[in-house]
Amino acid sequence: MNSQPNYMANYLPILIQLGLALGLSGGILALSWLLGLHRRTRRKLAAYECGVEPVGDAQNRFAVRFYLVAIIFILFDIETVFLIPWAVVFRSLKLFGFFEMLVYMAIVLAGFFYIWRKGVLDWNTPERAE
Amino acid sequence: MHVPADYYLRILPELVLTATAVLIMLIEGGARLGSRAALSGTVALIGTAAALASVAVQSAHRGEAFSGMFRVDGFSLFFHGLIIAATLIVLLLSIGYLRAQRLQRGEFYALLLFATVGMCLMAGSVELIMVFIGLEISSICSYALCGFWRASARSSEAALKYLLLGSFATAFFLYGIALTYGASGSTNLYVIARSLSDVLAGHGSLILVAAALMFVGLAFKVSAAPFQVWTPDVYEGAPVAVTAFMSAGPKAATFAVFLRIFYVALGRYSHTWFWMIWVAAILSMCLGNLGALRQTNMKRMLAYSSIAHAGYVLVAFAALGEHGISAAMFYLACYVAMNLGAFAVISNLAQQNERFIDLHDYAGLGFRFPLQSVCLTICMLSLIGIPLTGGFLGKLFIFKAAFQNHLVGLAIVGLLNSALAAYYYLRVIAFLYMRPATVEVSQPQRSLSMNVAMVACAVGVLWLGIAPNSLLNFVVHSAGALTGR
Amino acid sequence: MIPLSYYLILSVLLFCLGVAGFLLKTDVISIFISIELMLNGVNLSFVAFSHFLKQINGNIFVFFVMVVAAAEAAVGLAIIVSVVRNRHTLSIDKISLMRD
Repeated sequence: MNSQPNYMANYLPILIQLGLALGLSGGILALSWLLGLHRRTRRKLAAYECGVEPVGDAQNRFAVRFYLVAIIFILFDIETVFLIPWAVVFRSLKLFGFFEMLVYMAIVLAGFFYIWRKGVLDWNTPERAE
Repeated sequence: MHVPADYYLRILPELVLTATAVLIMLIEGGARLGSRAALSGTVALIGTAAALASVAVQSAHRGEAFSGMFRVDGFSLFFHGLIIAATLIVLLLSIGYLRAQRLQRGEFYALLLFATVGMCLMAGSVELIMVFIGLEISSICSYALCGFWRASARSSEAALKYLLLGSFATAFFLYGIALTYGASGSTNLYVIARSLSDVLAGHGSLILVAAALMFVGLAFKVSAAPFQVWTPDVYEGAPVAVTAFMSAGPKAATFAVFLRIFYVALGRYSHTWFWMIWVAAILSMCLGNLGALRQTNMKRMLAYSSIAHAGYVLVAFAALGEHGISAAMFYLACYVAMNLGAFAVISNLAQQNERFIDLHDYAGLGFRFPLQSVCLTICMLSLIGIPLTGGFLGKLFIFKAAFQNHLVGLAIVGLLNSALAAYYYLRVIAFLYMRPATVEVSQPQRSLSMNVAMVACAVGVLWLGIAPNSLLNFVVHSAGALTGR
Repeated sequence: MIPLSYYLILSVLLFCLGVAGFLLKTDVISIFISIELMLNGVNLSFVAFSHFLKQINGNIFVFFVMVVAAAEAAVGLAIIVSVVRNRHTLSIDKISLMRD
């Protein structure tokens, strides 16, 4: 293990990158805080486009709809992971791979059609009583 | 890349089932608020019947498919047929059951078919990752089906317990796969077998750990002791149609995987994993039957009984060799028929909100509902193992195989357990015919499909007990295919 | 070069942490997270084996495991929501209705 110092030297660029990132973002935040105006109105202190309206404390209940959308997001998000290996070997699989992927996408789309028609994606409709 | 058309014919049942299930999802999506359960149910029945027919097409095209991931031989054909037939029966009984429970939603059928696809993949694949995916497809659908009765706290509790313990067990199974992959450099069962016979003793301990981990995951799925704790609660809480489904198909499919992994890939290590199976067999039989003695809830009683029956199959498993494999396969066919028959009757008598599910509700029903009672009686007699029923022959072959392989102790424990089990099965028959009615059980709704399911199971049980020759020949041949001799 | 055993030990540790969390926690969500931890422990050993066997297979398996885990999480969350609607609690000790 006499290559140990050399090995640690590999981390140097990462360290520099980390320093730059921290310096830049920290610097910009500090500058805007130093130079900017501070008018603390209610509206300004509200969370910016983060879903839940911050009324009351965080222990509040929020709509089950959030879970539903989150679940569906996870599923459709993760389905795309199969596109990466497919794209890598696309050339050697030729048309066979292309049609197989079309079938796969068709099945995913069928699922999408189902949730769309069941109204999961309509944010404004009131939740149906079960 | 050239893909012969044969490859698709070899997975034709899976393709048909998947297409049907996707079609049902589209039909249900078409109905925005309500449901088109009647249409979906019919489509599901047609699709499953077509899948059963396509097993015949499959059998004309034996061989491997998709770079050796999937294999059509006698063993996988047998389990394809058994699993799809079980799903057909479950579909027939759930059409009537869902109507009685006012749970008519077509998604039920789609989930059922997707689960069946997963089980068929388990039965046919010879690749561990593929097995894992099949197992998960069927398990995830089963979790959702358990909680299908959303208004019932018991149903969602059953779903939660099954989900948590099921994923826990799956993680063990997956770890076993990872270690096998590490030790052998492959996940194909036949390649693993070859590379393990080359490797010297160095990897022996790693393979043993892998075998133990896979054993934990699979024993959980077939509810073999000591991994059976979830079974009574889940079987009790799930809707009866789902309980019927879980007790039949997934068990058969998991045993298919169990036999294939341990005999094909780890066959060389049989002297070491043999003891795990032996202990699990004894524990399952004893714990299952002792637990069932105390139950009066029919679902819970059959849950314990299914643990005991997993134990009998494990006895056949422990009797290494072709006799053991063929006995296990034949017994699984009998078990599926008799268990589904019993659950078909229970789901018919249960009625709305599953009001009549206790043994005491069955008192004096024998002459009021003759069809149901006769079918239930035949299934109970078969579960005991009375001659002229499939259960008798199944047990006979199992214990014969055990004696032939000098497992005298195991066989004696099994026989004693069979005698013990007779008590709680006979009690059901005694309640039906010899007790005066104490509870006013209303007339169950007339449902042609449910009656067909009950009668088909009862006839199947008798057929397996009286004229099993053709099936036996097939089973013996396909067991040979598994051991490669 | 980091030896294979280091990865495998880490993977065992992750897996065991998951098992411990599963057995000790009482909150359903934490139990669920523990299961994900177990699966990720396995994923690590898949990738490590794949790297040391100089095969690509193990990496692809991880994709499949990830997708399966996501599907499991989706169904799991849905079931948890339905349990909470029925029972108004997330504690595993209070959920159980069925006992011997």
